[in-house]
Amino acid sequence: MTRPAVDLTPLHRRKRQRVLVQLACVAISTFMLLPIVLIALSALSSRTALTEFPKPLLPSEFSTESISGFIGGAGVVPAFGNSMLAGVYTVVLSLLLGAPAGYAISRFSFRGRDAYQVLILLVRALPIVVLSVPLATMFLRVDIDDTVFAVTLVHTALALPTTILITASIFVGVPKDVEEAALIFGCTPGQAMRRVVLPMALPGLAASSVFTFVLSWNEVLGATVLTLGHRTLPAQVLSSLADSPNVYRFAGGFVLVLPALLFILVMRRYLLNMWGTTLR
Amino acid sequence: MAEIELHNLVKTYPGGTTRATDDVSLHVADGEFMVLLGPSGCGKTTLLRMVAGLELPDDGQVVIGGKDVTYLEPRKRNLSMVFQSYAVFPHRKVGENIGFGLRMRGVDPDEVKRKVAWAADLLQLTPYLDRYPAKLSGGQRQRVAVARAIVMDAEVLLMDEPLSNLDALLRLSFRAELKKLVAELGTTTLYVTHDQVEALSLGDRVAVMRQGRIAQCDAPTTVYDLPAEEFVGGFIGSPPMNFLTGTVVAGGDGGFQLDLGAHSVPVPDALSGFSGRQLRLGVRPESFGVAARNGDPGGLPAELEVFEPLGSSVLLTVALAGHQLKVQAPPTFRAEAGESLRLSLPADQCRWYDPETHLLLETS
Amino acid sequence: MTTVLEKPVRKQPQRLGISPWWLLAPSTVLLVLLFGWPLVQGILAAFQAEGGAFTLANWERLFGDPYFVEALLNTLLLIVIVVPIQLVLAVGMTLLIQSKPKFGGLHFYVWAIPLAVSDLAAGLVWLTVFADRGYLNSLLIGLGLSENGIAWLNYDNPTTMLLAVVVAEIWRATSMVFVIVVAGVQMMPPDYDEAAQVFGASAWQRLWHVTLPLLKPSLQVALILRTILALQAFAVAQALTGRNFPLLVGETYQWYVNLQNPAVASAVALVILALSLGTAVLYMRALRQPSAGGPR
Repeated sequence: MTRPAVDLTPLHRRKRQRVLVQLACVAISTFMLLPIVLIALSALSSRTALTEFPKPLLPSEFSTESISGFIGGAGVVPAFGNSMLAGVYTVVLSLLLGAPAGYAISRFSFRGRDAYQVLILLVRALPIVVLSVPLATMFLRVDIDDTVFAVTLVHTALALPTTILITASIFVGVPKDVEEAALIFGCTPGQAMRRVVLPMALPGLAASSVFTFVLSWNEVLGATVLTLGHRTLPAQVLSSLADSPNVYRFAGGFVLVLPALLFILVMRRYLLNMWGTTLR
Repeated sequence: MAEIELHNLVKTYPGGTTRATDDVSLHVADGEFMVLLGPSGCGKTTLLRMVAGLELPDDGQVVIGGKDVTYLEPRKRNLSMVFQSYAVFPHRKVGENIGFGLRMRGVDPDEVKRKVAWAADLLQLTPYLDRYPAKLSGGQRQRVAVARAIVMDAEVLLMDEPLSNLDALLRLSFRAELKKLVAELGTTTLYVTHDQVEALSLGDRVAVMRQGRIAQCDAPTTVYDLPAEEFVGGFIGSPPMNFLTGTVVAGGDGGFQLDLGAHSVPVPDALSGFSGRQLRLGVRPESFGVAARNGDPGGLPAELEVFEPLGSSVLLTVALAGHQLKVQAPPTFRAEAGESLRLSLPADQCRWYDPETHLLLETS
Repeated sequence: MTTVLEKPVRKQPQRLGISPWWLLAPSTVLLVLLFGWPLVQGILAAFQAEGGAFTLANWERLFGDPYFVEALLNTLLLIVIVVPIQLVLAVGMTLLIQSKPKFGGLHFYVWAIPLAVSDLAAGLVWLTVFADRGYLNSLLIGLGLSENGIAWLNYDNPTTMLLAVVVAEIWRATSMVFVIVVAGVQMMPPDYDEAAQVFGASAWQRLWHVTLPLLKPSLQVALILRTILALQAFAVAQALTGRNFPLLVGETYQWYVNLQNPAVASAVALVILALSLGTAVLYMRALRQPSAGGPR
């Protein structure tokens, strides 16, 4: 029997398809990146370049004056500090409260487990930030209004469901045998936790912490309602939005966006795990 | 029905350093049941997936029924397949699963119904047609996967370790059923497995693969009796073939002997060219004759190390001139560990291998 | 969002010798304090007059406010437009990534970036594009399509305002749907798709008959989560248009911060909560449904 010639048309079709796929990918990446590039260019334009119209893609003159103007603006530096503080406090508090709960629902079966999960689901599903309004009145009464602590409390409540679910899935991933082996080889439960379980859970906990920090860093409404003199950065930008020039807005937007690039770079590997395992 | 021709297929996975298949050629005749057998990572599944079109070769050609399909999309190849995980769609009822391929090809609904009923009847699935796969046992899901494949009237049937997820008892009974079914259908079949018993029992021919190459492709009995490479003898058979290394020396009677240290075994005249060099002797465990110490005086003296009764036979681990051998004896054989035994070695059961190439040497 | 994290672990004596409730108590207390209590307070505030007497005045004032009706409509309109587009786009993006293009990792990173961008920042980012003297108008003039540009964000152009907010929302929040869908697809064994290929299904048939049905749980999660989060969007519109394109949460903010009326602000908050609760209930129903069709 004679051998037919190798038919290359399907291969060419496949190659054409791959080119089209790549083009589509590049188009979407452009859509995602271009606005960030544009705000970066705007924020780095000099004042005169910013007022040019129609604008060239690249500003005629680069300058850091907008950024330094924004940073020098009233309350911006303290607001940045408050944002960092609120973020760090929220991470610590939500881990302190959430990790034990995550451990409990991953390792124990007990009466009320379902009820507890419904509570978490409820908090997760409902926009509890809108409750900042009555909360603000309550905080006023207990004298913690207008503090970073108040913001931290609300952000912790926001982050807790996610933290609990992520930590639960992390502890599910740490085999119980390992913990039991530690107990058999003479560890106390506390030592087993500290020496065996926590080190194995650490990378996941770190990812969950970054997630919590981002949540706190980005939250606007609660922070604006709960504070006046001790605003976080987004709250500061939002409340001064109405009476600021575009220079200020672009610089502010750029400063707010910048950490996002870093967060996602760090989180890339965990994104799928987190959304994949915790959401269902 | 169609024959499959594979010509010099080369495939390296992206990021991989070794070739998954290395210049593999294979011809499967029309209606033949060909089994690809080998340890994991030997390239058997890659070969099957290239036939299916789920992987594309870097070089070489795949021809099905005289038509080149090397780079053709899987759906245009007119084949069907049973997956190791069954891949029975969980969101489709059993009947819809079986008729899936036909409906995708736009077959008339009445015709689909008729064929699904036929396949379901053949595989005893008729009572389950309206159930979801989640409600079926593993064995039943397996049947659905097979029914879905045979209903297609495809030219080629591909099976990727279809029995490996079943428990031992079920595997045994379904193996025979599968053999009967495929024989009746007469479809050209390419079957991948790592289970030697499955391969020997099912295949018209068995292609034993190792490191991306086909080591031997022959009828099951040939593959077992005359392993073309030491690897094949060592991979097939439980326990595998015994191998002994010795030096060929001239014997007293003008012939040649393999010197194993304390003892020697006659070497066929055809291998006299190896005189003074090393040679490897391969013997199946059941090929030895075994007798108690004072039985057969012509046998080789060996010491019994372990005695394992296995029901249908007795497995002995013996030491012969510093070599450890596995010997299979009749179930009635009795001996104690530490006893001396006499092993006899019929000349026609000896297989000779080149110690450098590990290839079978012709003796006649 | 889960009730089905893992089946309860087998019944066992509590090894650590402490009740799990000791581990759950701190988080429960905080959630009840910061969720239950203000909820009660909020309901009370919304129905109370200055002195504490029961009144519907706050609600009358709210419903009488033209901004509120507009905000409600805008919010719903935004959800109806944005969520379906995001779902389709995310599925498309997932298919692109799943076909393993070159630089797939880089594309994935870029497509995930907006995940960490707040809605305020997203609004400011798109302000550079849609502002009167922004990049879009510059482009239009450069191409000779317009003489002086279009006032995209002007009060007189509600359609273009909506368009700007829609684009910004799609940019910001498609990432989340995308990541959920990719995670769902990656949990799916590749065998199903391969089986469909072998059994003669075309790309569209595979998507329609195999991939999408198997993705149903992920799509449900994405759909509901997106809907609830879209209900909370407000800073995007605030940054782009000020109060010209009011959204519900923006009204809470207005009533509390600018109009200094916590009672009406609480009432708006309750409306948002009720809408979200409705969506959440819908969601839980969908989850509880005996999923005979879903993968196990």
